[in-house]
Parts: sequence; structure tokens; C-alpha cells
Amino acid sequence: MVGQRGLDKPLLGVTGLLLVIGFLTLYSAGQTDFPSPVADIWKRQLLWLGVGTVLAFVAFRVSPRILEWATPFLYAIAISLLVLVLFFGVGAGTAAGANSWLAVGGVRVGQPAELAKLATILMLARHYSTRRDPPTTLGELIPGLVIVGIPFLLVGAQPDLGSAMVFLGFLFAVLYWVGVKPRLLLLLISPLISLLLAFSTVSWGAWIVVLTLLLLWVRPYVLEGLVIWLINVAMGVMALELWQRLAPYQQNRLLSFLNPEVDPRATGWHIIQSKVAIGSGGFFGKGFTQGTQKRLAFLPEQHTDFIFSVAGEELGFVGVLVILCLFITLLLVLLRVARRATDPYSSMVAVGIGGVLLTHVLVNVGMTVGLMPIVGIPLPFFSYGGSFLITCLVGIGMALRVAWESRRSGYLEITGEFRRV
Amino acid sequence: MTWQNPYELTHRATAVRAVTVVVFVVLAFAFFRVQVLSSERYEVQSQENRLRPVTLPAPRGLLTDRRGVVLADNVPGYSVALLASSVDSLMAKLDRVSTLLPLDSVQVDGIVRRYVRAPTEPVMVLRDAPFDIVSALEEQRAWNPGLVIRSDPKRRYPYGEVTAHLAGYVGEITEDELQTPEYRNARGGTLVGRDGLEQVYDELLRGHDGVRFVEVDALGRAVRNADEVEVLLPEPGQTVRSTIDIELQQYIADLFPAGRRGAVIAMEPTRGEILALYSAPGYDPNAFIGGYDPEAWQQLAGSEEFPLFNRATQARYAPASPWKLAVAAMALERGLVTMDSKMAMPCEGGMRYYNRYFRCWRTEGHGHLTLFEAIQHSCDVFFYQLGLTLGLTNLLHDAVALGFRERSGIDLPNEYRSQFPPSTEYYNQLYGPRGWTNAVTLNLAIGQGENAQTLVNMMLFYSMLANRRGGAPRPHLVGGGRGEIRALGLEEPALDGLREALVAVVDRGTAAGAQIADLHIAGKTGTAQNPQGPDHGWFIAFAPVENPEVVVGAIVEFAEHGSSVAPMVTRIIARHLLGPDAVPTGPIWSLEMPADSAPEPVPILPDTSLLRGGTTRPR
Repeated sequence: MVGQRGLDKPLLGVTGLLLVIGFLTLYSAGQTDFPSPVADIWKRQLLWLGVGTVLAFVAFRVSPRILEWATPFLYAIAISLLVLVLFFGVGAGTAAGANSWLAVGGVRVGQPAELAKLATILMLARHYSTRRDPPTTLGELIPGLVIVGIPFLLVGAQPDLGSAMVFLGFLFAVLYWVGVKPRLLLLLISPLISLLLAFSTVSWGAWIVVLTLLLLWVRPYVLEGLVIWLINVAMGVMALELWQRLAPYQQNRLLSFLNPEVDPRATGWHIIQSKVAIGSGGFFGKGFTQGTQKRLAFLPEQHTDFIFSVAGEELGFVGVLVILCLFITLLLVLLRVARRATDPYSSMVAVGIGGVLLTHVLVNVGMTVGLMPIVGIPLPFFSYGGSFLITCLVGIGMALRVAWESRRSGYLEITGEFRRV
Repeated sequence: MTWQNPYELTHRATAVRAVTVVVFVVLAFAFFRVQVLSSERYEVQSQENRLRPVTLPAPRGLLTDRRGVVLADNVPGYSVALLASSVDSLMAKLDRVSTLLPLDSVQVDGIVRRYVRAPTEPVMVLRDAPFDIVSALEEQRAWNPGLVIRSDPKRRYPYGEVTAHLAGYVGEITEDELQTPEYRNARGGTLVGRDGLEQVYDELLRGHDGVRFVEVDALGRAVRNADEVEVLLPEPGQTVRSTIDIELQQYIADLFPAGRRGAVIAMEPTRGEILALYSAPGYDPNAFIGGYDPEAWQQLAGSEEFPLFNRATQARYAPASPWKLAVAAMALERGLVTMDSKMAMPCEGGMRYYNRYFRCWRTEGHGHLTLFEAIQHSCDVFFYQLGLTLGLTNLLHDAVALGFRERSGIDLPNEYRSQFPPSTEYYNQLYGPRGWTNAVTLNLAIGQGENAQTLVNMMLFYSMLANRRGGAPRPHLVGGGRGEIRALGLEEPALDGLREALVAVVDRGTAAGAQIADLHIAGKTGTAQNPQGPDHGWFIAFAPVENPEVVVGAIVEFAEHGSSVAPMVTRIIARHLLGPDAVPTGPIWSLEMPADSAPEPVPILPDTSLLRGGTTRPR
């Protein structure tokens, strides 16, 4: 059975601490001076926490071999649900704009996008575990891109750009982990860079020159190079058209990221109030549940997207550092788990989960201090929401299993070598 | 080479670890910048976010008469204000109270304008709200957050119309005034003096508003008083004690003939203290409280009688016979005459000057009079000749020196300047160098012509006549004497002579009907020509002659003759000096008086009424 020896205590401990702090912050987020609809959500979160813990335990008990066998079915289910939600999805809560919930008989049962994150990681892991060598050409990357691309497009169509971005986040984590050269990854994201730099002809022109040099250096197949180059040009040309296609609120989000004072009452409001909350917290914070920005409803969406601002306001810089340290510890532990994994599949699962968490933390926390545009994605273990919490817990459960497997098989790491004891 | 090569894997793990650490260091630094380096700025912003200043209006200072009787005080009142986060939210909130507070679009526009000026402060919706509305709104507070009902003392003028031109009234400060330095400690919505003493002593009366803070949420709903911020208590305005004797003022208001227009001033001559200042018709300043009712305002401002106009300081009349004393004083001062001097020609009901005939008011003539008798009987022919003796240049020079072209300097707002030609250059410009003759001197000599004086300025002149040394301090309603500002420059015997002549006016002369036993009153009647209708009546008197305690002057429009004004003035003097019981009662207008000087207007000049209008000035 599950022996104490095989349990990765740092992973379990850090996760536990994050869950406790996250839960307390969520509780505080509901403590406002005016009757707030989120006053009692901590109770429901407690329920999700229970469900998540049970499912995490189940995930922990499932052997990676069974998981690997079941992966295509899970992936197929996830994709089907995403297609289903595209037609029958409903919007709710702070994500009312996107029809991302699946409802059965009017009761929302979850966001398939969260399940799809896990399923896609598993599918990606299964795909690359069957290959010995890392992809070296763009053509060889295509299967992996398709695996991620399908859910990415489906989620993006909800439209939930934030969640879609997360798919890119762990795709790159996994691709790097399987040994894809960074320059190839750079070529892969070059169209995106092209899109971002297209706001000015000069910057875009410079980028095209850099890209051309890069292509000459990497020397991919001529056809591939040509395709990449043409896609970049096309992106630069289409940028304006795409920008105009964005909904005004999406445009405003991006604009107010660049300058929140553009419209401080409307779109800039979130980021300004979040920074005021965090900044006024100072070094030691205003005290647990005492944040005035939150209490007086200046802080928007304080239980989901901006929950970290609550922590920043009430716990201060000290609290922020503690939480950030816990997150970095969690990620480093996951990296260690991935490195010591007994098999490529398990290793990639651990890395994928780490990639999901890193993307979420970076984007969510970065957004609260204005480092990132306002993309509504939740903070793991903190934000209110059943599907995501359960997804994170199941992911941690899987990672615990991976760690357990490697410990049980007696891997010990000495100076980067594996030695059978 | 497989990607699972342990060496490769460790290599990549190191890279991934480095990237992760860098990401977190960047995040931590961003938080360090916001939470530690800029913490103070955000702390202030967070305070500004949630704390809204609520003005605690300073009660306006009291205005009292010389004995401390209150002329203007404050009574409890309530005002209704709203805290809103945006114009839309303000409109929604206004809509919600509209059943109790019906507002028309003009009022709503005004409220929105006030809101835009100071969106973080409660915007005044209704000043001086009736109590039933306040109590009904109070019940709404629970579901209409942002409603601020505060106690806002309102101004009350217990004497209403009687003191209207003295006390003035208050009104909300305008946007333009907020920019001016004298209102630098005022804020939007502050009540400031609009007329009378309220305006002149506004800074003393206004006090300093206090402020407390309420904590509000993002929707502008007031949560609680912010206890951590100290409440700045309002500093009440100072009590301003005026020199007014309210009993005398009330007496004058009662005595003044109903329906007539005019003004009365009673003044202590040696110190310049105004005891009473009354202008008719009046208005009730209490009507302006709680904002102007546009209709009522229109009625007042548009009225033909100009009730808002202070006839004691803002109306100019031809000074007529009372001004003869000025000509006499100038001639005496220059040593041209004595009280016993006679003029070359006796009065035969008029005199010929070149090709024109100048009448005396008494068609049968006065005969050969001394200066003393000429003053007593107000003989026009005598003064025509005295004016010619004095000469136009001297006349103009001396009159200007005596302040007949100036304001009296009384501490009431918008006093009009009296008008008088500064020099002969004035006539040259008006009619051309040869377009006029010396005949203007004759008109000026009897107080007609290009001469328009305010009552208060004439009062100043009669104070000089009354006072022992022939000087007079600035007339004022608040504060102590401020030294003499004008003097006649006459020796005491000459002054005594003039006073005796004035006594003779009341005893035996033109105002003989006005004499009251036991009182030695000196005074002079006058009838000012009025091209627009019946003549205006003047009477200015002082008593007791030996040691003057009061000067009272009155002008009554369309009173026909000054003699009819005289009994009123002497009664006011008696009321002041002898007390309420010694005053003869009975209708004052039934007294038959000999007519005073109102000679037929001699058409020397094309139109002198222009001057009286106050719009034409010598350029």
C-alpha cells in the first residue's frame, strides 16, 4: 500500500500551506461592509476542497500506466465536452461574458476547459513518451501542436482567451522539456510576436529582419521557413483587422494595461484599484479581513481574478513574499518530481502540471500589479471556483503519484545521475 | 540522443529553474515597488477612495443692534444632499427621491453642475427642507444610501422688511466668487452675504466651516463615520454689533407714510454712528432663504418701485434747499458775507438775469433779507445773488472740496457716488465752450441743476453743520468712530449763525409746523424738482442744537414739498431724544405747511435729468 516513505512530503506540505492561506484569503474576500453575494462562498469552496481532495486521492491511487492507457479516452471526452459547451454552454459569475460552463438541467456542473487542461497534458505526454528523439523540425512539431491546438481553439471560441493562453503556456513547458531547441520555439511563437509588434511599422520591420536572420541561422526546411516567414508577414498585415475584430472590452483591457489612466472610471478601474489595494497594504498589510479597498467594494472581483490583491492589501509585502515563495517552492518541487520520474510519460505530466500552475500564477499575480494585461484567469488554490480547484488538486494528486513511483522504485539522485539502489 | 538523457534533463531542469526564479523575482520586485516604494502614494489614494468630507457648516454670526437686539440669527434647518459616484448614479438617486422632492429640470441641471464641481462631496439638493420632507426622507435612508441629511442652520431676520436694506440677506456663493481671494476659505454651497451688512461684514459673519469624514464604499454609499480622522469642528462666525437702534428703526418704518417711496437716516453726528437707516419700499429678506424663488425674485427685481434699491445710499436726488446751506457756508468761509449781509436786490418774487427771469418759490417776494432770514425763509432770489457773488468757479471748487462729488464711505455695499460738476470744464464739454452761460450758477445756488446727492452724503454735510467744530466722521453702522473725514472750515461764530438760522427754519420758517416743544431742532426743508412727476420732499434736521445728538434726514419721493416731510423727521428726533411717550401722535400728513422753494424750472439747459439717471457722467 501507500507507504509513508513514498509520499513526497514537501509537495504535500507546500500544497497544504497554499490551500490553507488561499482558503483564508477567500474567506476574507467575502468579509465586506455591505452585504455581498460572495460573503458565504467560502462554504461552497470548502465543499469543492473536499471533492477535490477525494479526487486527488483517486488520482494518486491510479497508476501512471492505467492513466497512460486511458489518456486517449480522457482526451476524447474533454474535446467532446468542449464542443458541447460551445453550443450549450452558459456564462456565469465573473466570467459571464464567456459561455464556458456546462449545465445539466440548469445546474452548472463545471467548466470543461479545466478538465481539458489536464486531458491535453496527458495526451501530449502520451504522444511524446512514444518518441525517443526530440522534434527537430517544425514539421515534427505538428502532431503536438494539433493535440494542443484543438482544445486551444475550442476554448478560445467560447470565448475565453485567458484559459486558451494557458494551453500555450504548458505546451511550451512540455516542448522545452522534451528537448525542442529554444530557437525552434522562438520560430513557433514568432507569429505572435509579429502580431504584438505590428502596432508600429518600425518595430515590426525590425522584427521581420531579426526573423529572417534567425531563419538563415536555424536553417529549417525551405518550405517551413517560407511558411513561418509568410505567416509572420500575414500577421503583421492582419493585425489591424484582428484588432478591430476584438470586442471593445477586450480592446480596452489591452489599452488600459498600457495606461490605466486612460479611462480610470471604467476599464482602468480594476488595475488602479488593485494597485491601490496592494500598495496601501504596505509592508505588513492592514490585517486579516481588514482591507478597506476590499471591504468597501473598491476592489473588483476580489474572490476570483483579484484575490491576490486582497492578500496583498491585508498581509502586506511580507505576506506576498511568503505566498510567492510557496508557489516557487511548489514549482521547483514539481520540477524535481519531473526530473526524477520513472518514465517519460510521468515526467511530462509533472512538467505539464507545473506549466499550468506557472502560467496561472504569473498571469494572475502579474495582472494585479499591472505587469500583465487583465486576463481573467484564476490563481491556483486561492480563487473561488470548483472546476479549477479540483483540476489543480487532481494534478497535484498525479504529481504525488509520480513522485511516489520514483521513490518506490528506489531512485536516488546523486549529482544528476540516476543510480539504482 | 534521447531527450531522457539524464545529463540533458538536468541541464534543462537547471534552465527551467532559472526561468522560474527569474519570473518570481520579477513579480516580487513589482510588489516591492508598489508596496514598499510607492506605498505612501497608494495609502493616500486608498484614503481618498473611501473617505468623503462632509462639510459641517459654520453657523453664521449674529447681527445685532446697538443694544444687542438680534437683527439676524440662525434657526435650525435641514438640508438634503446626495453622495453619488457618477452623474448617472446621481440622476438615479434624484429619481428615487422625486416623489418627495419634485424637482424641475432647471433645478436638476443646477444640482448636476454643483456635483460636477465637487463630485466627491455630497451635493446639495434642497436647502431648508421642510420638516415633513426631512422625516420622510430619513425613513428612506436605509434603501437610498448616499442620502445625507444634515442640520444646516438657516438665516432668519426677525424684523424682516424693517431692516432689509440694513441687514441685507444671504445667498449661495456663485462659481465666479469661489475663484476670488475674498472667498478663499469658502466652499461651494456656502452662504454668503448678498447685501447690506451681511455682505460688507461677510468675512466676520461667515466663520469657518468644519469637516468630518464618512467612509463610503465604491458605490458612494456611506458606511460609517470615519473615527480615525479627526473631526474639524466649525468655527462659528462672529457676532457683529451694529450702531442701529432697532426701536428707532422700527418707529421710522411705522411712521413712514405707507405706499410712499423714499428713505430716512438717523445718525449720531459726532461719531458718525448710523442709528437708523430705512428705505421704502422694502422687501422681506426671509423670502430668499432656501434659495431664490425665481418668481418672487423676478417680481422684486422687475418691480417699478425697485424695492431692492437702497434709497438712502443708492438714489440721487437734486438736493434743493438743504443745499443752500452749502452755498452759505462757502460764502462765509471765503469771507464774502456775514449772517447779516444783504444782497443788492430785494426779493420781489424773482429776479431777472440777462434775458431770463428766475423765480423765487414765493411769488409775492420776501423783500430785503439778511443771510439769516434768507436761510430761514429759503429765499431763492437771495441765493441766486449769493451764488453769483461766490462765482461759478469758486462754487464748483468749494463744493467738490466739501465732498459733494464723493461717496460718504458708509459701510453698506454699492453706495452711489454723488454727482456734481468738477469744474467749468464740465460745461464746456457738455455744451461746448460758448454753449452755456453763467446762469447755471443760479440753478446750482439753490440746489438744482447738475447736482445730484444721495441722502447719506447730505447727512454727512448736515453732520458737519451740527458738530461744534464743523467736521464730521465717516458715517458707519459697525465699529467705532474713525476720525473726521470732512470739515467745513468755518469759525464757530459763523457755524453758530448757520445753526441759529436753521433753528429759525423750524421755529418760524418753512418748517414751522414741525416744531416740537422742549426741543431745539435745527433743520432745513427742500423740494427737489422732479421732471418725471411730482417733486420730491427733503427735510434734514438735527437736535439739540447746542449739543447735537442726532441728525435725521428724510427724502420722500413725490411728496410735493419738503415741509410735509418735516413733521415726520421732527417726530423721529423727538422719539430718539425724549423717548417713546413724548412724541405727539396723530396723522402727520394733515399738517398744513407753507410751500418751500420749488421755483418754476428755468429752462437754461437742454436736459438736466440725464444726470439724475446716473448714466451720464462728465467725461
